Amino acid sequence: MISHDIVVVGGGPAGMAAAIAAYDAGCQDVVILDREPHLGGILMQCIHNGFGLHKFGKELTGPEYAAIYEEKVRSRNITVFPETMVTSVSPDRVVTAQNRQGIMKIQAKAVILAMGCRERSRGALNICGSRPAGVYSAGTAQKLVNCMGYQVGKRVVILGSGDIGLIMARRMSFEGAKVEAVCEVMPYSGGLTRNIVQCLEDFGIPLYLSTTVVQIHGKERLEGVTIAQVDARRQPIEETKRYIPCDTLLLSVGLIPENELTRAAGIPIDPITNGAIVDECCQTEIPGIFACGNVLQVHDLVDYVSDEAERAGLGAVKYVNGLNKSENTLQTKPGNGVRYVLPQTINSTEEDVSLFLRVTQPFGKVKFTVSAGDTVLAVAKKLKAAPGEMEKITVKAAALQNITGPITVSLEEL
Amino acid sequence: MKRDMICIICPRGCSLCADIQGENVTVTGNACPKGQEYAINECTNPVRTVTATVRVSNRYNTMASVKTLTPVAKDKMMEVMNILRQTQIQAPAKIGDVVLADVCGSAIVITKEIL
Ligand code: SF4
Repeated sequence: MISHDIVVVGGGPAGMAAAIAAYDAGCQDVVILDREPHLGGILMQCIHNGFGLHKFGKELTGPEYAAIYEEKVRSRNITVFPETMVTSVSPDRVVTAQNRQGIMKIQAKAVILAMGCRERSRGALNICGSRPAGVYSAGTAQKLVNCMGYQVGKRVVILGSGDIGLIMARRMSFEGAKVEAVCEVMPYSGGLTRNIVQCLEDFGIPLYLSTTVVQIHGKERLEGVTIAQVDARRQPIEETKRYIPCDTLLLSVGLIPENELTRAAGIPIDPITNGAIVDECCQTEIPGIFACGNVLQVHDLVDYVSDEAERAGLGAVKYVNGLNKSENTLQTKPGNGVRYVLPQTINSTEEDVSLFLRVTQPFGKVKFTVSAGDTVLAVAKKLKAAPGEMEKITVKAAALQNITGPITVSLEEL
Repeated sequence: MKRDMICIICPRGCSLCADIQGENVTVTGNACPKGQEYAINECTNPVRTVTATVRVSNRYNTMASVKTLTPVAKDKMMEVMNILRQTQIQAPAKIGDVVLADVCGSAIVITKEIL
């Protein structure tokens, strides 16, 4: 068994930012393990621009954003093991990984989990019909088109209006395909408004809300899909069924944090975020194991992934330097109109704490209130709030002193 | 004439309203100056950055991602794509390498290092 101070599982945007932050905070023994041959993770297939506006004040493409971090990793003495698959992380921080050289075991002083997420697949949707070729998850199609140069189809229907689905609608149009429709089962889109404008409206692609795919047709290759509107209980309405001929169906129906290692380590998971329960330093309930990026909560902006990962990196260094959790932990809870609040616990009240949350449905003008019992800790007003856009509210350290009970974030529509 | 639109410059996505009086466009709803510039452009000369890929002739199954260095006219996007579809590059290539100097008014540059 070899040993290292900090082992980072995953070399995507979260893993790289966490490793860099840890290194710069004074930990010179940082290792990144990644299953791909290159660093960068999912960014390498996200060739569209719009990354880095918050972090760097300019619009970068995914690979350009990744390159900035890769350069920082390379210029520090951070060890990278590419094509290395982590197979287990134990609660006492032994990381087992496998690559062409064999199996290695690393005893880490702190572990940072940054495995990202994967796409929900057709199996999770229970769409009836046959199993022809031509049904892809949107991210798989994105990799085939953007990295390998395949044209995955010519006549396309997209189910799900999350950002990946919207981006792929434009990408397929650019590559000469006709995108017949984007169907969204919810009455609102899950993607950023800017993507609806620049990926659908620019290309005249219709977005059908409260609509889903109910049947897949075709034997060898997809021949068409039946779509239908859904009622308030999301059940298809028979009279609205309609057939659309197509050779490709892209599914953009949600992302699942890839938490197999986390679960196997016995780390408690939040059933709403599907990521670990963490404190303000991204430390999980098992001391010394941290989580950040899409494995912790699915983000809509990579800039916020990098920020979160930096907090995890700093937290890991503090832990390595012997700073343990205090006994007094505050819980956070979602209140009215809020789906979840992260971090779920607050351990140190020495510094300001940022709370991240998503709302349950689209709202107009809203006021968020962070409170503990009758004490109001912070308020924030927003012109609009939507489930597709993560909100951040900062609570001042001064407001957190002498608080004991759980902290609730709720919203009221103005 | 009034025109409502969503600013696409940053993820905040402000709802803008452009009031067009002949040459003059007054913009409301923007949270920052970039929104004003965007709305005026949308009413006079809408532009978009195009991101795409070009084939790497000396690497198997490999695409290099590229973008227009400056935004091009919105109605020229497909023209840009048609040219890029016929363009190939040779590896190695670095971020920022110019693939084509002028396509519809913008240079085409590499956005991903190909070793
Ligand atoms: S107006 Fe400014 S803040 Fe609003 S979306 Fe446009 S760029 Fe962003």
